[in-house]
Amino acid sequence: MFNYDQYLRITKFPLIWCPGCGDGIVLKSLVRAIDKLGIEKDSVCMVSGIGCASRLTGYVDFNTLHTTHGRAMTFATGVKMAKPDLHVIVITGDGDATAIGGNHYIHAARRNIDLTVILFNNHIYGMTGGQVSPTTPKGMLASTAPYGSMDHTFNISGLAQAAGASFVARASVHNGVQLENYIAKAIQNKGFSLVEAMSPCPTAYGRRNRLGAGVDMIEELKRDAVPYSKAKKMTPEELEGKVVTGIFINEEHPECRSEYQKIIDRFQKEK
Amino acid sequence: MSEKSNGKARVITGNEACAEGALAAGMRFFAGYPITPSSEIAEVLSAKLPKYGGVFLQMEDELGSIGAIIGASLTGAKTMTATSGPGFSLMQENLGYAVMTEVPCVIVNVMRGGPSTGLPTLPSQGDVMQARWGTHGDHQIIALAPFSVRETFDLTVRAFNLAEKYRTPVILLMDEIIGHVNEKVYLPSEDEINIFDRIRPTGSAEEYLPYEHTKSRVPAMADFGSGYRYHVTGLAHDETGFPTNKSTEINKLMDRLDQKITMHREDIIDVDEYMLEDAEIGILSYGSTARSVRHAVRLAREDGLKVGLMRLKTIWPFADEEIKKLSGKVKLWIVVEMNRGQIAHEVEWAVAGKIPVFKVNRVDGDPINPLQILEKIKELANV
Amino acid sequence: MTLKVKEKKDVEIEISEAWCKGCVICVDYCPHDVLIMERGKAKVANLAACTACMLCELHCPDFAIVVRDKSKE
Repeated sequence: MFNYDQYLRITKFPLIWCPGCGDGIVLKSLVRAIDKLGIEKDSVCMVSGIGCASRLTGYVDFNTLHTTHGRAMTFATGVKMAKPDLHVIVITGDGDATAIGGNHYIHAARRNIDLTVILFNNHIYGMTGGQVSPTTPKGMLASTAPYGSMDHTFNISGLAQAAGASFVARASVHNGVQLENYIAKAIQNKGFSLVEAMSPCPTAYGRRNRLGAGVDMIEELKRDAVPYSKAKKMTPEELEGKVVTGIFINEEHPECRSEYQKIIDRFQKEK
Repeated sequence: MSEKSNGKARVITGNEACAEGALAAGMRFFAGYPITPSSEIAEVLSAKLPKYGGVFLQMEDELGSIGAIIGASLTGAKTMTATSGPGFSLMQENLGYAVMTEVPCVIVNVMRGGPSTGLPTLPSQGDVMQARWGTHGDHQIIALAPFSVRETFDLTVRAFNLAEKYRTPVILLMDEIIGHVNEKVYLPSEDEINIFDRIRPTGSAEEYLPYEHTKSRVPAMADFGSGYRYHVTGLAHDETGFPTNKSTEINKLMDRLDQKITMHREDIIDVDEYMLEDAEIGILSYGSTARSVRHAVRLAREDGLKVGLMRLKTIWPFADEEIKKLSGKVKLWIVVEMNRGQIAHEVEWAVAGKIPVFKVNRVDGDPINPLQILEKIKELANV
Repeated sequence: MTLKVKEKKDVEIEISEAWCKGCVICVDYCPHDVLIMERGKAKVANLAACTACMLCELHCPDFAIVVRDKSKE
């Protein structure tokens, strides 16, 4: 057994999430990763936006900040720049981070600011009732895409990598251990780190698209998962409909707050 | 308009005075996005803040700027952003967040002509109502309006003090004229400035209520990372900070947020009375426009007309009691402002038909000329 | 209500009925059919078969299952 309770606000349980939702598995992995690294609770600041995933911050016993839709990364940037000793972890979803908050997402990655972003990708706006999101696969149904989503989807991990993130990984809730390991690595990385956590939404996405219950969707994630090492040797056609998991980049490069500290230090020396 | 002080004389703009005032108040975190006519505030602070060990950050937009200053304030820093009308519009959602979560911060709006892109380089006072009601939902807000370079310094310091004292965002409503005018000022030295720092909790972390219904209605605020782990959310919440749907708890919160400003209105509201003692005609104005009014009052006095000015240094909460008290003593009000009459409506509500309220307005980017005001005074004096 | 089932081996499985939402993920993950669903909640049916692999605890999204392997404590 793992003692989760020490990190949780037990009185707020049961969790708000639907039966079969994968978000709780990500939460567990996150808690274990923090425990593994031995980080003090007082030095963790968890910042979330709006959406199902973002409700996570209410359940964990850290300094928690549940902000406005799409803006979590800007609040987190403020926290990190003002108090760099804090481990700042952003909890967000595909709509929150890449639709309404897309600009903040790419700029936080561009700055390579030392934030750990756990992005729950469930292909849908769950909390508002299943509207189409930037990651709803083409052709899939949503409450605002009754004839199938017609747009191309964002490659969330690719986006962060292209924008300048120094750690990018994708894992799915079917493998909680891998998720935990990636989150731990992401926290350790000094720079912008993204863990894209694939998580099923049986209620708002699965049901409409006849994908079964959460447990069936997790089975599907397991079947579709292709390790990055293997995916590199596959053609785009072969990768169609697959979920590539693995660490895509893990390269430390100059980090925003540390670079700013150099400017501050220059003046301190002059004094 | 340069009050003497121990400091040495300098010639600076209102935007520079705002930056200096913020630093003097202890502001150590600024996030902003370029916009005319406020950009100089960011430019000055980008050079100065690292020398104070503070942080300057140019964000990707105004939504991000206000997000960053709220986040930074939660760690205990005094924080500020500066913008103009279009950027201020973008900040409205998170301004409401700061109201709801009671995070102190200062938002400077150097007003320019609108709506939309409008008149980027020309003055206006068109954002007075946006400052009051721009964010959604019922709420109180504090907004201050300086009328000189020196007063910009003073009111910037005051904006921080009020933000810290009442755990609330405070808006500094400058306008393009105040932002860009150069004036000789004597900035006060450190020991001449009163600084208020937010009340931090001293009790045990277990018993800490971040949204406690205190007697003053202002709860103590813990810095993130100081051992008081708590939850901050824009959702309606109870005293512990966690979301609630209970109507009793929601009412308690909404009442407290209202009362923490209204109960302390005497402390917050600041008006400047100029030649009002024997005045029969009262003029009400604020910001750079009040400078034209002062000139017009002097000209009218030369003609033997009994005219005086009530100048709002605090725009919100509104000085309705102060206006009510004078109504009757003055036979009429003329409200002079660079918009179509946003504050005039408030004055009409305050006097409730007791005496007439007239308006002098301008929205074409030109400042209101003293002679334009004098003309109105003479027209009404003859009635 | 918390159901505790003890068997001769040093494994103990606790399921919180209050938190269990009946998603079946634990039953699906269990390689030894230790768990079943009963009236919409997870239930221990064959504790003797449990190897304490922890897959159910790791993947229960609702923190409703605790597996205690006393031999490791």
